[in-house]
Amino acid sequence: MFEIFGIPSQALFGQLLIGLINGSFYAVLSLGLAVIFGMLNIINFSHGAQYMMGAFCAFFLLQYLGLNYWAALVIAPIAVGIFGIVIERTMLQWLYKLDHLYGLLLTFGLALIIEGVFRNYFGASGLPYAVPESLRGGINLGFMFLPIYRAWVVCFSLVVCLLTWYMIERTKLGAYLRAATENPTIVRSFGVNVPRMITLTYGFGVGLAALAGVMAAPIYNVSPQMGADLIIVVFAVVVIGGMGSIMGAIVTGFGLGVIEGLTKVFFPEASNTVIFVIMAIVLLVRPAGLFGRRA
Amino acid sequence: MAQDLAQVETVMPAETERKGHAIPIAFAIMVGLLLIAPYFVYPQIVMQALCFALFACAFNLLIGYVGLLSFGHALFFGWASYVCAHLAKVGTVQLPYWLGSWKWLVIPMPPLPPELAILGGTAVAALFGLIAGALAIRRQGIYFAMITLALAQMMFFFALQAKFTGGEDGIQAVPRGWLFGTFDLSRPAVLYGTVLCIFLLGFLLIYRIIHSPFGEVLKAIRENEARAISLGYKTDRYKLVAFVLSAALAGLAGSTKALVVQLASLTDVNWHMSGEVVLMTLVGGLGTIFGPVAGAFIIIAMQNFLSALDQWVTVIQGVIFVIVVLLFRRGVVGEIAALLRIKL
Repeated sequence: MFEIFGIPSQALFGQLLIGLINGSFYAVLSLGLAVIFGMLNIINFSHGAQYMMGAFCAFFLLQYLGLNYWAALVIAPIAVGIFGIVIERTMLQWLYKLDHLYGLLLTFGLALIIEGVFRNYFGASGLPYAVPESLRGGINLGFMFLPIYRAWVVCFSLVVCLLTWYMIERTKLGAYLRAATENPTIVRSFGVNVPRMITLTYGFGVGLAALAGVMAAPIYNVSPQMGADLIIVVFAVVVIGGMGSIMGAIVTGFGLGVIEGLTKVFFPEASNTVIFVIMAIVLLVRPAGLFGRRA
Repeated sequence: MAQDLAQVETVMPAETERKGHAIPIAFAIMVGLLLIAPYFVYPQIVMQALCFALFACAFNLLIGYVGLLSFGHALFFGWASYVCAHLAKVGTVQLPYWLGSWKWLVIPMPPLPPELAILGGTAVAALFGLIAGALAIRRQGIYFAMITLALAQMMFFFALQAKFTGGEDGIQAVPRGWLFGTFDLSRPAVLYGTVLCIFLLGFLLIYRIIHSPFGEVLKAIRENEARAISLGYKTDRYKLVAFVLSAALAGLAGSTKALVVQLASLTDVNWHMSGEVVLMTLVGGLGTIFGPVAGAFIIIAMQNFLSALDQWVTVIQGVIFVIVVLLFRRGVVGEIAALLRIKL
């Protein structure tokens, strides 16, 4: 065991790892928000609630159908994504021509409904979700003990983020998406079904949130409130990164997670607020966000 | 663009024509109802509703007349409530400052009379409004909402950690004291009169702001900020002043609430409270003068009548949000005004 800046390496790297894990969730969630905002021009306030739904979905699958973590990793995002598509078709699609604020208000209402319903049926306390068999245990790296599941979460989120980036920035489908973000009318005139693309984008963004929820289930307990406070931090992350760039969202998400983890080591009182303070500083120095474009 | 202009030109003369006496009449009806209300409803509930009505009016000044959606107004309401409660109960103020290490600047004070406590709460809310506003107006639209929400959440954590707020317990048993040394606020009738006066003063001040030249510029910013800038208005400055005014009035409402309920707690700074004031304003009607008042009374009444359904109240609030956004975007007062073809 050795020390860095007077802090035992175990504690330092432990918090760094927690920071990376929080960062993965920030990255995946802010990515989903950015994708949805790009196409729908709506800030999805129910993103946190949908993240929570993903975790509950995994819990139900295990509890009632006996389907394990790996199945949940596939089924939960699809199920919650379909839920999102239903919401988009029945509610959100009527708001596109209005001020953006109505989208925020509607999804805020949805978040209240979803979280309220889950809280009434499952109480405020968390439900446990076991770490899958194959990812239990850990590796001793010498300077720290690395639980395999946590390493898996960080790596898998990174892969998901990079795949999303590749799909949007490097494939034909992504090109359509980006074009429709810039000018939907022209893209429609080329025969692309833009409304359907918008619907699927919302489903995809919501699915990403659910995926993060499944990954979070074994780390934090599955609880109705798990998304509510997280989403506000993710909003701050989005303000810091700016929603213009996919890569920006990923980098900001992971970076802020790490900074938050380090704050827990060196100045624990500020760990809850450090991201908001950074947001304030970024607003002073670079109002458009680190990766944002001036609107 | 040409179509927009045509619309504006057809709407404008009609509106000026129908100015009439609608607002004075509605105001008289409102004051009349508020004077007789305590004989029919438990006065404590009416006073609470009045505080929230003022809070919602302050919030509406931003969303309705400048087009800025603040999702963090609980910050001003809740912190003013804490400051007012602390000044009325303890008095002594301790401020942390940095001089190589953290030290406390202690200003010894006796518990303050209610008018000074309310003033203190309002002043702190205005100061926070200045800081939060200066940060938030650096971004437009949807980001503005996210920034205000994030700043409010930050101050929620401060309230959770600060010692004087009493953490989960809050500041309890706040003394009401004697207003100006002559009016005993522990008497229900006096307290009701005081709260009603504060509400009406705040309401009239907002009405005055909206109908001043300053208010006209605010509306211009709401309609088309780029055009307002091109006309030479420093829109950022206008937005900031509006934000500070709104924060101060929200603080006035929060301070008054601390004396009425005799409690300042984390509920008041939580983001749920920010959501609630949005809901009140939305239900009543964004950008109408009487809407927030009606909305506040509707939501408070709902909370009291449905208190048996306790845990379902949030769900019901969510459902109201969805229904209002999808079907009644003008809100109750907005719909009535549209029906009677008047401006309220």
